[in-house]
Formats: sequence, C-alpha cells, structure tokens
Amino acid sequence: MAKGGEVKLIGGWPSPFVMRPRIALNLKGLEYEFLEEKFGAKSELLLRSNPVHKKIPVLLHADRPVCESLVIVQYIDEAWPSSGPSILPSDPYDRATARFWAAYIDEKWFPSMSGIARAQGEEAKKAAIDQVVEGLSLLEDAFGKISKGKPFFGGDTIGFLDIALGCFLGWVRVTERTQGLKLLDQAKVPGLAKWAERFCADSAVKGVMPETEKLAEFAKLIMAKFRAPPPQ
Amino acid sequence: MTKYKKACFIKGSLQRLRESYDQSNDMAEEVKLFKTLSSPFALRVDWALRLKGIQYESVLEDLSEKSDLLLQYNPVYKKVPVLLHNGRSISESLIILEYIEETWKQDPLLPQDPYARARARFWAKFGDDKVLPSLWTAFISEGKEQEAALAEASENLQKLEGELNGKKFFGGDNIGYLDIALGWLANLITVFEEISSLKLVDGERFPLLLAWMEFSDVPLIKDCWPPHDKLIPRFIARRQVYRMKSSST
Repeated sequence: MAKGGEVKLIGGWPSPFVMRPRIALNLKGLEYEFLEEKFGAKSELLLRSNPVHKKIPVLLHADRPVCESLVIVQYIDEAWPSSGPSILPSDPYDRATARFWAAYIDEKWFPSMSGIARAQGEEAKKAAIDQVVEGLSLLEDAFGKISKGKPFFGGDTIGFLDIALGCFLGWVRVTERTQGLKLLDQAKVPGLAKWAERFCADSAVKGVMPETEKLAEFAKLIMAKFRAPPPQ
Repeated sequence: MTKYKKACFIKGSLQRLRESYDQSNDMAEEVKLFKTLSSPFALRVDWALRLKGIQYESVLEDLSEKSDLLLQYNPVYKKVPVLLHNGRSISESLIILEYIEETWKQDPLLPQDPYARARARFWAKFGDDKVLPSLWTAFISEGKEQEAALAEASENLQKLEGELNGKKFFGGDNIGYLDIALGWLANLITVFEEISSLKLVDGERFPLLLAWMEFSDVPLIKDCWPPHDKLIPRFIARRQVYRMKSSST
C-alpha cells in the first residue's frame, strides 16, 4: 500500500492523458488500483471526484481527488519525494523549461495532431499536417538543448517532459498508419525518433502504452461516432 | 603607525571596499519584466515579484511593434509577459509564477502541502481555461452568443465562489498563487461591467467573490493596476473590432 493511504486512478486505456500519471506512478514504484471507465458512460465515482470537468484521469489518494494530468504528475512527484527518481528537474530554470514545453504540447501541438483526422478536404489536411511537422521540429530542437546528449528530456531517466510528450506516441503511430505519413521521420527529427523508441521500451511505459493495432481499432470507433449523422 | 604603514593600511582598506562593492554588484541580480500596460497576465508577475520584495525593471512592449528582444526571448509565442533573470528568459505567466516561487524562497506563494498545491494549480488552470474565456466572450459578444456565454460564465464563477469557502483569500489568510492567478477578475470584471452595463458578479449570488475582489485594495496590488481611464477605451475598441468582424461574416 502506498504511503499515506491507498492510491486509485480513474481512467481509460486509450487516453494519453491517463497514461501520464500511470507512468509517473510506475517511475515512483507505487502500487495503485486502476479503475477503468467504460467508453461512453461516466461512472458515479468520476462525476463525484471531478465535478468541474467530469474527465479522466483522476487520481484518488486516500480518497482525495487530484485532477488534470500534469497537475497529477506534479502531485505524484511532490507527495512521494523520496520514492524513485525526481520527475521534475531540480533547477528552477530547467523546471520552467519543462513546464513550458509541456504546456506547448497540450495547448498547441496535440490539438494540431487531432486536427489532422478532423480536417475536411486535401488542403485542410495538408495544412494540419504541416502544423504538426513544424511543431515536431520545434520539439526536436528543444530535445537537443534540454537532453544535452542524454537519452531523455529528463536526462538519464524519464522526466516530466518525456511523460508529457511520450504519452502521445501511440496516437502518433496511429496517425502515421491511417494517414500514410511518417511524422517521427529519422531524417527530419532524428533525436525525437530515437527518443521515441527508448521511451516506449522503458519499463515504466511498456505496460501502459497501448498497442498501435488496438488503438487504431479504437480510433475507427470514435471516428465513426464523430462522423455519424446526428440522431433523428 | 608610520606614514608608510598608514598608506598600506588605507590602500588595503580601499581594496577591500572595492572588492565588496564588486561582489555586491555581481550578486545584484538582473530581473526584467517584459509587459504591456493592460495585460492581466503580466500583472501576475508584477504582483509576485512585489510580494516577494524583488527588485526588477519593467520593459513596456508595444504589441503592434514587438521589440527584437521580446522576439528573441519568446520566439515560440512572441507574447508578454516574459521574465528575464540573469540573461535567461521564462515565458507563460503561471510558469513564471512557479519559477519566482522556486527561485526566491521568501514569502511563499504556494502552500507546503502537495494536495493544497495541486488544488491551487487546478483552479488556476480552470481560471485560464474556462473563467477568462467565458467572461471575455460574455463581454464582447451579442445576442444569443452573449446569453450562452453569460450562463457559462455564471456557472464558472459559482465554482470559484465554492472554492473560496469562507476564506478571506484563495490562499487562506494571505494572498497566494491562486489569488494572483485569478486577480485579473478583481479589475477586469469592473471594467467589463462598466462598459457593457452587465452585472457579472453580484453580491447576491457571489458574496464571497465580491468580498474577495477587495483584495485589490491592498496597496501592493492596487499600485499595479493599469490606469482605469486607459483601460476603458482599449476594451471598448477591442469589443468593437470583434463585433464588426462577427457582423461582417
């Protein structure tokens, strides 16, 4: 049992946001109960624990809810400071840099990713793809500066920014497959391409990163729902 | 003491004085804040620096003609605020707040307890993601769009009212991170209400929030408010632009 009380995580296997606290808990070597939400129906517990947004993930630590994936990851880092490696860097400037890029990923890059599937028409699709590629180029540059030759953004071990970006790798692969693209192109973003392999192979990530095949099937399901005509 | 020894003594003292002056100059940190007069996000940084008693220089930016320095220090967003500390730049106001908190440990803005910290961060994000956009839309839009935005804004404000829960400030007895993050409410609400004749925060539905808005009377906070008479025309103009764009589509 985790120090200070039981740990539960309300989530769903396909969600990259849910993956974030799962990786963090794994890095810290913490045990937790995974309460899987059924797709399309929100549980009483979820609605009670996150009344503001009614969204996953929600961490329950001794029954106290913590919401918003990156807030949860920071909470995990601060609530269990002596378990496992530090998730955020120790230097304030490095912490600010990690937070900056994590916010960029959530506010700009991931929305542009989901924009690809939603784009209507060839022109819109190309524009969406260009945006994602531009973002990846910025992130490649950031990786070079932040990792300073080490395997991860966090240095020798996975850190906050690795988690913030890495959780989307499953969806990147699905997008590459369904759109016939190469986003993590060795030629264009060599640093990130190699980092992605290392990230997915890491023991804290392997068990929680969904298989591309399974995720692609799930994507078809939600796209069908998205494109379905409104009920009469 | 011989004349010679006296001379050496004076020379030595002057040397030591010069060294200690040089040292204190090295230790004097360069803190600059790139901001505009009306940016509520830059205001957060002003408040945080003042609450911690940090000496800093403000650099006013004209967003219609951004300075080379701003573009250099914030190439990704090209926005204010940007904090420059000893030559290194930090962008995004809430991230700057955490940087300030972690760099200058006096007068802490965030609580010690990890759960309380998580709550403060959650609500600050809620303020930016939900409260601000809904209030902004309620202010600038018209007709049905405005009605919907007002309803959403009320709902969001109700959640903040609940979070105050009998406390004087969101931070408890003292102004903290969340008060600073939501502080724009205390000023902009008044501006919006004045221009639009809407009542966004009334005493009946939001007694705690209305009382909290008076934290802006604290001199440290009040001194930073942009001049009211400059804000009014600025926001009238922005509303005009939005309404013209919407009506022409």
